[in-house]
Order: sequence, then C-alpha cells, then structure tokens
Amino acid sequence: MKHLLIVCCLVAMSGWTHAGEAQPMAQDPQVEARLLVISEELRCLVCQNEALSSSHAELAEDLRREVRKLIRENKTDAEIKTYLVERYGDFVLYKPPLKPLTWPLWFGPFILFGLALVGLWRYLRLRKQLPSSRLDATGRAQAEQLLKD
Amino acid sequence: MIPELGQFALVLSVVMAFLLGTVPLLGTLRHKVVWQSLARPAALLQFVLVSLAFACLASSFLSNDFSVKYVAEHSNSLLPKPYQFAAVWGGHEGSLLLWVLMLSGWTAAVAIFSASLPLVMVARVLGVLGLVSVGFLMFILTTSNPFDRIFPMPADGRDLNPLLQDPGLVIHPPMLYMGYVGMSVAFAFAIAALLSGRLDAAWARWSRPWTVIAWAFLTFGIGLGSWWAYYELGWGGWWFWDPVENASLMPWLVATALIHSLMVTEKRGSFKAWTVLLAIAAFSLSLLGTFLVRSGVLTSVHAFASDPSRGVFILIFLAIVVGASLTLFAWRAPAVTLGGSMGLVSRESFLLLNSVLLVVATGAVLLGTLYPLVIDALNLGKLSVGPPYFNLVFAPLMVPLLFVLVPGTVSHWREARMSDVFWRLRFVGAGAVLLALVLPFALGSWSAGTMLGIFLGMWVALGSLQHMVERLRKPGRIGGSFWGMHMAHFGMAVLVLGITGVKSYEVERDVRMAVGDTVTIAPYTFRLVGVEEVMGPNYKAVQAKVEVLKNDQVIEVLSPQKRRYFSTAMPMTEAAIDSGLLRDLYVSLGDPVAGDTPSWSMRVYYKPFVPWMWAGVLIMVFGGVLAALDRRYRRNTNQQSVRTAGEALSGTA
Amino acid sequence: MKKTLLPLVLFAALVAFLGVGLMRDPSEIPSPLVGKPAPAFSLTTLSGDKPFSPADMLGQVWVFNVWATWCVACREEHPLLVQFSKSQRVPIVGLSYKEIQAGDQAAGALSEEAKLQLARQRSLKFLKIAGDPYKLSVMDLDGRVGIDYGVYGVPETYIIDKQGIIRYKRVGPVTPEVLIETILPLIQQLDTPA
Repeated sequence: MKHLLIVCCLVAMSGWTHAGEAQPMAQDPQVEARLLVISEELRCLVCQNEALSSSHAELAEDLRREVRKLIRENKTDAEIKTYLVERYGDFVLYKPPLKPLTWPLWFGPFILFGLALVGLWRYLRLRKQLPSSRLDATGRAQAEQLLKD
Repeated sequence: MIPELGQFALVLSVVMAFLLGTVPLLGTLRHKVVWQSLARPAALLQFVLVSLAFACLASSFLSNDFSVKYVAEHSNSLLPKPYQFAAVWGGHEGSLLLWVLMLSGWTAAVAIFSASLPLVMVARVLGVLGLVSVGFLMFILTTSNPFDRIFPMPADGRDLNPLLQDPGLVIHPPMLYMGYVGMSVAFAFAIAALLSGRLDAAWARWSRPWTVIAWAFLTFGIGLGSWWAYYELGWGGWWFWDPVENASLMPWLVATALIHSLMVTEKRGSFKAWTVLLAIAAFSLSLLGTFLVRSGVLTSVHAFASDPSRGVFILIFLAIVVGASLTLFAWRAPAVTLGGSMGLVSRESFLLLNSVLLVVATGAVLLGTLYPLVIDALNLGKLSVGPPYFNLVFAPLMVPLLFVLVPGTVSHWREARMSDVFWRLRFVGAGAVLLALVLPFALGSWSAGTMLGIFLGMWVALGSLQHMVERLRKPGRIGGSFWGMHMAHFGMAVLVLGITGVKSYEVERDVRMAVGDTVTIAPYTFRLVGVEEVMGPNYKAVQAKVEVLKNDQVIEVLSPQKRRYFSTAMPMTEAAIDSGLLRDLYVSLGDPVAGDTPSWSMRVYYKPFVPWMWAGVLIMVFGGVLAALDRRYRRNTNQQSVRTAGEALSGTA
Repeated sequence: MKKTLLPLVLFAALVAFLGVGLMRDPSEIPSPLVGKPAPAFSLTTLSGDKPFSPADMLGQVWVFNVWATWCVACREEHPLLVQFSKSQRVPIVGLSYKEIQAGDQAAGALSEEAKLQLARQRSLKFLKIAGDPYKLSVMDLDGRVGIDYGVYGVPETYIIDKQGIIRYKRVGPVTPEVLIETILPLIQQLDTPA
C-alpha cells in the first residue's frame, strides 16, 4: 500500500512537472518579431491578396524561412526587401517603393488635398463677396405687410 | 418547375422594369399625367415579381434541388438550413439576384413613402430606378442566370465554402447590399432634379432621409464585414484594405460627404451642384464596386469567380449609367443658382471642408486600389499597393476631419467667429488634451500616435456630449435629427478610440501548449485543459478547452476549434473569443506539434478596446436611423392627422 | 460648361483603364530576372551523377523547365516538351521543384537523404511513363533554387543564352502557340552568332 502511494505520487508529480509556462512556437522570438514586422509588408505571391505574415501557402512558408535566414544573417529590412524584389519584382512589396513610377501614387493624395484646399479657399472668398440675401428695411416692411394680408 | 417559374418571373421583371423606366419618364417629357401615374404601380409590381424569383431560388436551395447548377455549386444536403438559405447569395449569380431584390425593394419603398412628393418628381425618380433595374436584370438573364439547370444532376452539391458557413454570411451581405443599393435612391433623386432643372432645398429635404437610411445600412454592413473577418479568420485582423473592402468604403465616404452636403443645400440652398455630383458619385462607386468584385480585374480574397464576359457587361453598364449621368450633370448643372452668401468661417464652410476631406480620402483609396491596374494597363510592370500605403495616406486625412468635426457642429450658419467657437469648446479641448496625456500612462505605454488617437476620439466624444447637455438645458422639443447627428458623431469617436486602443496595446503570443501548460498576458492566464474531437453537422473538428484565469479565478472557458469539412479538404480555424466591455481575449488553435508530449500550436491574443469598435459602429448606425426618422420628414402623416382632427372638431366627419 | 465637364472626362479615362485591365491577368508576375545572369547553384541530379550548375551550360542556348510529379498543369506541357526534345534543337534541363511537399503524409518522418531518394524514385517513375525530355534534372527539394529563380508556381520555363543570361520566362504550361511563336524564334535569334 505504501509503495502504491509513492508510485502514485511520483506519477502525479511527473504530470505536474510537464505543465508549465508555454514555450513560444518560434525558435527565436527576436527573429520572429522582426519577421512579423517585415512580412506584414510583403505579399504572398500565390494568394488572393494576403500578406506573407498570415498566409498558409507553401511558398509563403518557404519565403518566411528565407526571410528568417536573412534576419539571422543580420540583414537590414531594406536588404531583405531588395533580396525578394530581385527575384520577384516590386509586386512582392505591399508598400510600393518611391520611384518615378510611383510618384503619382505617393504624392497624388497630398497634391489633390492641396489643390482642394486652394479651391475651397477661393470659393469661400468668392461667396463672401456675394450680396447678402438678408432683407433690408424696406424689404422687411414689405414682407410684414404681405404676411398680414 | 420552380426554377422555371423563377426564370419566368425574372423575364417579367425586366419587362416591368423597362416599362417603369420609360413610360413615366416620357410622361414627364410630354406632360402626360396618366403615364406618370404608372410609376408607382409598376414599381410595386416589379418588386413582387423579383421577390417571386428570389423565393423560387430560395426554395430550390431549401429543397436541395441540385438539378439547378447554382444550387449544386453552392450547397449540400448536409448544410444546415439557415446556411442553405444564405447560400442563395453565396455566389455571383445569387448575390446579383439579391442586389436586384434590394433595388426593387428600395424602388417600391420610394413608391410607397412619397405621398408628399409631386407626381412629376416621383415619376422621374422611379423611372431612373427602373432603368438601373433593367441593366441589372438584363445582366442576370444574359450572363449570370441562377436558374440554369445542370445535366446530369449530381447526387449532392459541392457545398458552400466553409469560410462562408457562418452567421456572418446570413446578415452581412444583405445589410451591405441594402446600403450599396440604397445609394441608388439618392442618385435617382439627383438625376430627377437635374432632369427637372429644379435643384432646390425641397429636393435636398426629400433626398436626405433616404440617403441617411442607406448610409446607416452601409455603415452596418461594413462593420459586420469587419467583425466577421475578425472572428472568422483566426488571427484577429479586421481591415486589410483589400480591393473589395475599399469598394465598400469609398461609397461610404462619399455618402457621408453627401449627407453633410445635403444639409447645407436643404438649409441654405447652397452647394447644389456639388451635392448632386456627390449623389452621382456615391452610386457610381457602388457600381464600380460591383465591377471590381466580379470582373477579375483585381485580385482579392473576396472576389467572386471571375469571367471576362461578365466584366465587359458590367463595364458597359457602368459606362452608360455614370456616363449619361455625368453628361446630364455637365449640361444641366451650371444652370443652377448659387444660393446665399457665406462667411469664410461658418457652418457652411466647415461642412464644405468636410466634403473636401472625405472626397480627397475617397480619391486616395481609389488611387491606391486602381494604381496596379493602371500601371499594368500601361505596360509599365506589376505593382502591389497594400495596407502600408493606405494606412500612411488615409490616416493623415482623417485627422483634420475629426478635428474640424467639433467646431463645425458648434458654428453658426452663414457667419461664425473662430474665437467664439474655440471659446465655447475650451473645456472640451482641455479635457481631450488632458486625457490624451494621462491615459496612455495608465494603460501602459505612450506613443505619439496613441496620444493623437485618444485626443481626437475624446475631442469628438466630449464635444458631442457637451452639445447634447447644453441643448437639453434649453426648452423646446429636440428632433431626431439632432440626436441622430450627435449619436453618429459620438459613435465615430468611440470607433476611433477603439481603433487607437487596440492598435496601441494589443498583445499576441504564439506558443506551443501541451495539456496543463499556461501562457500569461497580464492580468490574464490561459491554461489548456484538454483537446478532443467533436463532430459537427458537416464537419469534424479538433477542439481545445482553454481556461481563462484572472487572479487565479477561472472567469471563462474558451473552445477554439480546427475544423475539417467533409465536402472540401480545407481546414478551418474557429477562434474562440471572450468579449468584455474593455477587451477581447482571443484564442486560436493551430496544428499539432511534433514532440514527446502531445502539444498544439496556439495563438493567444489580448485585444483591448476592440468591443468599442463594434459599439462605435452600432452607435453610428443608431444615430443614422434616429436622424432619418426625424418627424420633419414625415410631415405628410401629420397633415393627415391634422385633417382628420379638424374634421372631427368641426363635426363634418 | 467647361468645369462641369471635368467629372465626365475623368470618368472616361477610368473606364478606358478598366477596359484594358479586363484583358490582363492581375496574378501573373513578370520576372525581374529577364536580362540578368541565371542565378548560380550547384545541385545534385536525378540520376545521381556529379552535381550540375548553370555554368556547365555556358556556350549554348538552353531551356530550364521547372516541374514536379504532383503538378497537374505540368502534364499539359509534358508531351510537347518530350516532342520538342526529340528535335534535339536545344538541351532541356529540368528543375524538380519541391517534389516532396510539406503536407506529404508518406514522407513526413523521413530523413533528408531518404526524402531525396523518394523524390528521385517518384520522378524517375514518372519520366519512364510520360517520357523524358530532359538532358538532366536537378533536385531542388527545399525550393531554395526555385526562390532564387523567382519561381512561384509550377510549371515555369526559362530560356537562357550562351552567356548565361536569362532571356525569357514563361509562367504556366508551354503551349504549341507559345513554342512556335515565341520560344523557337527566340532560340533561333540567340543561336545566331553575333
């Protein structure tokens, strides 16, 4: 009986020692953190518009593995992006690079905003100069007369 | 038999829509009252016919009639009944029928609730709606007929895409379409106004409640879509700037501008041409959205299976509808008078700034969405434009918009003084700044973006609250319009605070867990207590049981699943969420992990303030409904009651 | 009149772009490697002889075809490739891309060496039945070389010139039209001495 009790305790304890703080899935959380940030800006090439960070596609797994390797080699974000662009073109970047081809894209909204503000300013200046639609004294008297009738 | 009946009903609908679209409009040109009076009955009859067609398709789904190709492609005998019904709009053909059902529904509603409008106006509005219906119905009948049969009939259907087997499918598309299609009413009013040459305050007053209701539906639909993505996709994202999402956001932005512009046209007779243009733009963007989703021109997770011939039809339709409208605009708009004067600082100028900011934001989203297509069409290569771009460009435009919102509601019409306005807002401003400085420290970390977000959210929230309190102190009845406006603004503020909160303070842990393991995101601990297999009606799932502890007390048990549907081999993650007032706890089950003890990969998220996002959207929707139901718009019923009361009093009843 | 015409003009431009867009495939990615040297590698071959490297092919025009036995679309082009190889016009080198996929049940627990053997086995079996157009095939089990070549799907085909520069990339199966209208003329052009 005493032996059985000891065995039970040992078994129970072994179960206990297994239950602990869960380990991160990633081998190296530092690398994973960088991977997450970079891969959010990269496109999964075989998906219907998904980021590399969240895609389950096999190519996405492979590319994430490549990016991890590059991170471990202490490559900068720019270098990693260049690595992928050399192989897949600008299509792989979700943040279009700033170059003459994308100037309308990046500057367009702000130019549009500027033009709109200028247009707004000029319109308001114009409207301010219009005669007021308020009635003057004689007009007011006329209106009151009409209302009485 | 029933599918053929449905098809026949569709054919009759086209005929009815054609009559609706031509006779009343000709009646307005030739001043024939009888032709004009055909509008209302034709609209109602068209609705009945389209409803019949829809009912036939629904019946085919619910009775598992797999001889109908569309049913065979999107349903399955094991599919639970509610999803069998929702599967009606699970694919391209059926969703178009839903579109047309909504369109004929809105048309019928305008026919019923337009007693106070002159017949000429009604004839024009319903006529335009009829013409739009003709386009869609012809599209369905020629390229996307849901009633096509398949021979030989398969033993069972291909099943609805597992991602769609969710309550979200039952409610999100109908609400969204109600919004999209509802913009057609504002559009029809605008075209009617251009046709008549009379763009006055009355037109704006008639248009406004319809536009606000459609806006409310659209807000609800977009919010639902976001929420659905959040809990369905398994990793807590809620907006991806996907082309289809953008296709719903753009009409929403323009509709918001339109509502505010209509306000000015109604009260001051100004901005008529601009308001008309916004109304045309809102619906045009709805149509553009339809094109983008169904033509295969852009890659998207939401896109229906594309077919170039369908794309061509929609493009031609889009070109005709919008082209004709803009031509009419170019021709008729300059004839409109300018309206009263306004000061540089006035409520009008603030509202005009609102329009400008929203339209520029729409332009930015449109530019980002279509840029890859433009570059490809010019043979200059292939680009991607994704969330990094949109976030960088959209947020800076929203900042001034939220900021001017408060002074705008406080300014007087025609003329206001900036010093007065800001003096009135001194407590609001101080409160917002204080909270923006203090709260980040209470919540854990500080960043400029967080501060800005909290400031703007509090600025709008406190501004709305102050305004409501001030108004309650004054005597007199307060209309739905007032409450609606402030509710909607307040809802916006809550949404902004929610977004700021979750983006600043969310925590994700990606771990491997064996039974008994725990992971902690203060002050919560998650413990995996078991993993078992469960059976669903049409799937088999691995289900984990996760206890959530706070202060060593179990406050919740979550059951995330990984499902494998019988019909497709596709595995599906069903995340488990514990929603509280201030936060969501989100657990997602991954794949088993190789090792000595059985473990699974799990993703655990702490998402603070996410419930505020959904609450904010609901408050906005509620505000919209309140505003649209303002008694001012239902004055004709009051006239009725006055008349009957008068008769009763004078004893002539 | 002029200002109010602006929305219509802008819209017309939009429709024009959308119309052209209808004729394009938004998911096809052009390769940035065209005009650049073929990335170097050294991989073991299907037959197990000495490893192969693109440098081995300098001085001749050659075709590099990415394939796998699990690839359904590859079967579409395979007979055509076999036919073409019989003409002995240019050598075709195959890249066996990720023959053992991630979800492969049968191969899950095997060692790297065993996986390579299994991949060889499957490929040889396939080529025996379907015909072998390849001068040789290199085994890219982990897909690294594929990534270097910008492979994102199978099948893909490259034409590489005498100096080792990639001159053309075809995404998707090679069809008779593509072979006759694009590939053969290009090979002819590259073969002609300068």
